[in-house]
Amino acid sequence: MPTKLYAGTEVTVTDEGFFTDPGQWNEDMAPEIAREAGIGDLSARHWQVIEFMRTEFAEKGSGPTVRALGKTSGVSVKELYQLFPKGPAKLAARIAGIPKPRGCI
Amino acid sequence: MTAKIEKVSVIVSKGSLEGIYPALIMANGARAEGIEANLFFTFFGLDAVHKAKHEHIKLATVGNPGLHLATWAGGLPGMSAVMTHYLARRMDELDIPPIPEFVELIADTGAGLYACQASVDLFGLSKEDFVDQVRDIITVGEFYDLAAGGQIIFT
Repeated sequence: MPTKLYAGTEVTVTDEGFFTDPGQWNEDMAPEIAREAGIGDLSARHWQVIEFMRTEFAEKGSGPTVRALGKTSGVSVKELYQLFPKGPAKLAARIAGIPKPRGCI
Repeated sequence: MTAKIEKVSVIVSKGSLEGIYPALIMANGARAEGIEANLFFTFFGLDAVHKAKHEHIKLATVGNPGLHLATWAGGLPGMSAVMTHYLARRMDELDIPPIPEFVELIADTGAGLYACQASVDLFGLSKEDFVDQVRDIITVGEFYDLAAGGQIIFT
């Protein structure tokens, strides 16, 4: 497994950059992962999505898909794609340090 | 992970439930992966974005061997409606959106939705017949321009 250094801590990630152990993640790492994923500074709206991803993962054991995010995170699908143009569920999961969501819809 | 698909253009040519859903899932899934996506609706595929018809898309129960129904049974009055209703309930349980909502979702992801000029002429339709998410009615040549540099998926 590849390792990455975020906020001075070494963590293990998949080939696509998703954390293998969400417990290794902390908030200080998010801005660095975001920059690496091609997203600039994280706004309050980005954080709303990232925190939602963490909560959903903690409750359900998997991250929500874009459709689920649009319905329940308080951020619309349109805005989600403005915040995370290269795939909201995927990028937000990566920045939130949780595994890649696997839903088809 | 060496090669990566950057762009897809999905052609929707069928107007049955099993003809439309795979195309919508492919397009939506592409956007979820950050892949640019266009949808081109042609022939009966236009029903997926037709205001008066998109809520009434039915499963084909005749000429559909995958259902494993006797051919005569598939043609019984109401069979298509019953099977469509059953599938719609299953989809709802799995949180798969109905076609009108799915089309709206895909447009919100930034995918481009286009209707085929030749089919629109053939069926005597106009822009007003389609849901607002349809950006334009385009020719096959314009479709190829839009699809340039990406993969084309025909369904």
